[in-house]
Amino acid sequence: MAGLATTFGSGAMTNTINELEEAQVILVSGSNTTVTHPQVARRIFDAVDRGAKLIVIDPRKTKIARHAHIHLQIRPGTDIPLLNAIMRCILDENLIDDLFIEMRTENYLAMCDLLLRVDLNQAAEITGVAADDIAQAARMYARAQRSTICYCLGVTQHTCGTANVKSYANLAMLTGHVEQEFTGVDPLRGQYNVQGACDMGALPGGFPGYQAVADPENRKKFEEAWGCTLPENPGLTVIEMTHGGPDEKRLQAMFIMGENPMLSDPVLDRVRTSLQGLDFLVVSDIFLTETAELADVVLPAACFAEKTGTVTNSERRVQLSHKAVDPPGEARADGWIIQEISTRMGYPMQYESPREIMEEICLLTPIYGGIYHDRLHASWGLQWPCLDRNHPGTPFLHKYNFTRGFGRFEPEQHVPPVEPADNEFPFVLITGRRYHQYHTGTMTRRSVTLTRERDTSLLDMHPEDAKELGLADGCRIRVRSRRGSVPFTLHLSTQMDRGELFSDFHFHESPTNILTLADSDPEAKCPEYKCCAVAVEVDHD
Amino acid sequence: MPDIPSICCYCGCGCGLYLHVEHGRVTGVSPSRSHPVSRNNLCVKGWHVHEYIHHSDRLTRPLIRQHDRLRPASWDDALDLIAEKLTAVKEQYGSDRIGVLSSAKCSNEENYLLQKFTRISLGTNNIDHCARL
Repeated sequence: MAGLATTFGSGAMTNTINELEEAQVILVSGSNTTVTHPQVARRIFDAVDRGAKLIVIDPRKTKIARHAHIHLQIRPGTDIPLLNAIMRCILDENLIDDLFIEMRTENYLAMCDLLLRVDLNQAAEITGVAADDIAQAARMYARAQRSTICYCLGVTQHTCGTANVKSYANLAMLTGHVEQEFTGVDPLRGQYNVQGACDMGALPGGFPGYQAVADPENRKKFEEAWGCTLPENPGLTVIEMTHGGPDEKRLQAMFIMGENPMLSDPVLDRVRTSLQGLDFLVVSDIFLTETAELADVVLPAACFAEKTGTVTNSERRVQLSHKAVDPPGEARADGWIIQEISTRMGYPMQYESPREIMEEICLLTPIYGGIYHDRLHASWGLQWPCLDRNHPGTPFLHKYNFTRGFGRFEPEQHVPPVEPADNEFPFVLITGRRYHQYHTGTMTRRSVTLTRERDTSLLDMHPEDAKELGLADGCRIRVRSRRGSVPFTLHLSTQMDRGELFSDFHFHESPTNILTLADSDPEAKCPEYKCCAVAVEVDHD
Repeated sequence: MPDIPSICCYCGCGCGLYLHVEHGRVTGVSPSRSHPVSRNNLCVKGWHVHEYIHHSDRLTRPLIRQHDRLRPASWDDALDLIAEKLTAVKEQYGSDRIGVLSSAKCSNEENYLLQKFTRISLGTNNIDHCARL
């Protein structure tokens, strides 16, 4: 998000999901699309059926990669040298969009300067991709009129995640593949309302609508509307909270609403120590999660079907979801819970309904300015920016002008992974999701059908590597990193190259995040989930 | 009871679907034909999105830790205790010693309220959610 915000001025999908169907070239990177975003994959396949070309950048031969016209199977964490090489080819063959660069962007000279120093053979060596394939992908992407980039957490969950994203934005600007229908840069958001939680200011540095808390004008606006004084300094990010400080504890108390850091955050032992070290922990959730088990107070919350409210999908579409049934027992919606606590702490909140809350959001958040509930009843939502009551919403961004004015080229250099494989830990572990499960499994593991399809945590390994270690498909193994060890069932798969492993993180019996690194991107603070060094041995327990 | 329009609660695609309700229980799901993303189609998670809603593991009462065990309590006791403890931490250590995690599983309105509560009542910008994970 930080990467697109610096280059384009807005960190969301530039286009709608349906626009993918009309693209001529689709470049998918770091996204196991058929598993994590099935509807997006469906649009991509429809486009390919109609003649579109598909380029996939991924260390794994995922299902979508098997359907690609060109699969650039890079070594984990080598996106930047690959993209710089692609851009160098585009420059060499004069496939750049001069007019777009001249009229709409800035800092092109610095970009050019970096690209002219790129050594294509060296790039091929670092990425493990043949120079010819790189050149072919460059031509394919640059020559088409309507090329679209889709990326997911395989790009962002690295210590150089923001730099990776900037490189994709650079590529789109170099060829003018942004600002129009059917062409742009689309970060696929992985969760139900993760876009909305960002939009609503559940961020340490921003009020709703990405209005920076550090800006005194913004603080004044919200102080006047809310009748209070507001803190000036940006707050802590999730990992800074759940990992505590380097020596002493950072926090005395936490309030956690519907999150499960005890499975989702890296270096779980450290998360446990820091949560247990709190004087007071409140967790509001629908099930007793691994995190709730550590709490001093647990509040029973309502699930999506038990309350009315809006949620925002990956393509910025704000949609209304209606209450279908009552919550079980005494469970209550989180909105009610927050209002009750706030009122008890001396700042009364008494909203009659979510509709009334949305009216306040509309007044204070320019990009949501016209998204009133009554407009959402008759339709399947409005896409922000939607500035006023009569505004039709915005299917694609940056038409005529980037949100920040000029698009800004941000030249980036290769940042090697923090923890490369070595003699002691010879494998590189990549983590991600499986088709039938979702995130920490709190919901999907309580679904009979989904559990029937998959209820164990697998570690994917190349058959040749398994043969060398004397391991057979289905055997119990233990994976060890510098931070701890976790048991898995072995699954032989040719999806990865030799030396690379893949595992999911849905199962508390195999808490993968004991193994992962806490090192995170300096700007976006995304941890390096997609790359850590591990060793594999037979599990004798 | 008519089918209730809703949005699938899993990934960020945001498929439009209808929840089938019988006797106060969600018994099934069907995709919306007119929804721009789902277009009469759902993935395996979407088709079974109702299955966890009435699971017997659902939390139904507030719980308060006493003598190292979580025991059922009334809403009033739980909410009073939270307000009292958070106020005490704020006064003794300062607002910035409290952290809040919001949720990609909650609505926009709830996320808005939680950041408002954090910034005003707790007096800190220590609020984040799982976008980075």
